[in-house]
Amino acid sequence: MSIELEIQLVAVVVSVACSLAGVFLVLRRMALMSDAISHTVLLGIVLVFFITRDIASPFLVLGAAAMGVATVGLVEALVRTRLVREDASIGLVFPALFSIAVILITRYAGSVHLDTDAVLLGEIAFAPFRRLEVGGVDLGPRSLWVMGGVLLLNITFIALLYKELKLSTFDPGLAAALGFAPGLLHYAFMTLVSITAVGAFDAVGSILVVALMITPPATAYLLSDSLPRVLILSAVIAALAALVGFWTAWLVDASIAGCMASAAGVLFLLAFLLAPERGVIAVARRRSRQRWEFARLMLAIHLLHHEGAPDAANESRETHLGEHLRWEPKFARRVVSEAADEDLLVRLQDGRLELTETGRDSARKAMLV
Amino acid sequence: MTDQTAIEVNDLTVAYREQPVLWDIDLTVPAGVLMAIVGPNGAGKTTLIKAMLGLLKPAAGQVLIHGRPYDEQRRLVAYVPQRGSVDWDFPTSVLDVVQMGRYGALGWLRRVGRRERDLSMAALGKVGMEDFAHRQISQLSGGQQQRVFLARALVQDARVYLMDEPFQGVDAKTERAIVTVLQSLREAGDTVLVVHHALQTVPEYFDWVTLLNVRKIAAGPVDEVFTAENLRVTYGGRVPFHGSDSPLRDAPPAGGVTGSSAWMGLGGD
Repeated sequence: MSIELEIQLVAVVVSVACSLAGVFLVLRRMALMSDAISHTVLLGIVLVFFITRDIASPFLVLGAAAMGVATVGLVEALVRTRLVREDASIGLVFPALFSIAVILITRYAGSVHLDTDAVLLGEIAFAPFRRLEVGGVDLGPRSLWVMGGVLLLNITFIALLYKELKLSTFDPGLAAALGFAPGLLHYAFMTLVSITAVGAFDAVGSILVVALMITPPATAYLLSDSLPRVLILSAVIAALAALVGFWTAWLVDASIAGCMASAAGVLFLLAFLLAPERGVIAVARRRSRQRWEFARLMLAIHLLHHEGAPDAANESRETHLGEHLRWEPKFARRVVSEAADEDLLVRLQDGRLELTETGRDSARKAMLV
Repeated sequence: MTDQTAIEVNDLTVAYREQPVLWDIDLTVPAGVLMAIVGPNGAGKTTLIKAMLGLLKPAAGQVLIHGRPYDEQRRLVAYVPQRGSVDWDFPTSVLDVVQMGRYGALGWLRRVGRRERDLSMAALGKVGMEDFAHRQISQLSGGQQQRVFLARALVQDARVYLMDEPFQGVDAKTERAIVTVLQSLREAGDTVLVVHHALQTVPEYFDWVTLLNVRKIAAGPVDEVFTAENLRVTYGGRVPFHGSDSPLRDAPPAGGVTGSSAWMGLGGD
């Protein structure tokens, strides 16, 4: 396998693993918790490193995951005091734990391979240089195996507990009443998020984990209404962002992690503008269409009201609409001609407007007569 | 204890911090009644239901469902939470939400299958929503949301139904439809408890009523305990309603009842 291919594989696997966990984080309104966890796992890594003195120790992941869960627990405990709100307590807990880790690294671990740049920005470009060898046989980049395992864990967890996760996310009250222990499930899920964050953190650094966890799900929500489809779309968008990001970084010679996060951001922006139902453009079009529809209906109702009344000759004149309905002449002309096109009314010789039977029907229907 | 008692609440006290929300509630609900739980805002109606479901840990006392603690009787109890307690923008369909009512019977790890689907469609039929089965839930009106929640409870095939304001935000037609379903549950011998706000409909819809304001004021058949005197005590002297068809002008206080001392002084249970 070429180096480029290996980097791309790692990028895709990291990105997809993050996006799957991210779907439930976003649904649970815990998006920013991923940012907190991706930072505080560092303290877990540093503390375990001081015990094991081995940067490749598998216990590092355990320490990191434990610290991630501890972060969630601390934030929630702080919220329960009712002295601090949730957003503020995230902002209190994670910098506290992260800064302890940074101090420990700079003071005591300066000579080992735990530098702050790598922590913040990751080192996915170096992934191919750290190999997994068993009995002298090269099995490929170590991080590919680690993240492959994390991805598999994510898929297994979500597939097995899909129903339970969905219920406890949508309606925790019913989940508890039915005996599905939403609290336990919550912490199990946050453990999964922490493990995913540790792996991703190694590849793209603590700052950009949040981009990989939140951007693909947020994009997928704009495109679909069903949870299984949101999960699949989210994974596809994440993989796409990884590949686009990698090749952009290759072309412009920039940070791979930065380009991956930017690519995810661009994909979000595209969905935000162009999503068929919920995109900004679709919404604007719908609003504009509704505005004209509404104006035609108002005109029909106005004509119906004055039909046969003594003032009808006056009220139903196209030239008087500006006066009566407070419409600009240009607007009124367009509404009248569209209403005529739709066969709601006809223009009479003397400049009056007369409703057709269709026009009367739609006016009556709109007024619930 | 006979099987004729659906719910027995003994000396139940629930507190948030040191603030008691429910004081020493004793309540016996016979099986096969349709009971309203009424009381002013902040009276602890929702708290009482949540305590029955084990969602809140009581400071003292216990709740028995058909003679045993809730943990052992989960399958007998269906719960309809307040409509506003969930996120209706959640990416899922009406049918999927109703199927959630079967999760308890399925247990951990087992997946929803054809049987759950058929039962859920039948329940949607009972509330007149089968045409909406594949609708995204964010497209529903308040009344439709409430019917979906009712269908989700029906599909649990329970014997005790605990409902938190199922009439909140529904139109008159939906309210009639829901009442008909609740009454058919009672005809089938099930027990239905409903947190209810509109006092004037209590005698029409329900046969039993519990008047609650932090403590239990009265509980029993509507014609016995739904009296002007009990209502005055419950609502702190300001009776919002009197008799079966003569609503008074004096509306219930919008916020929490501040005149608690008014009924404290009156005593009488």
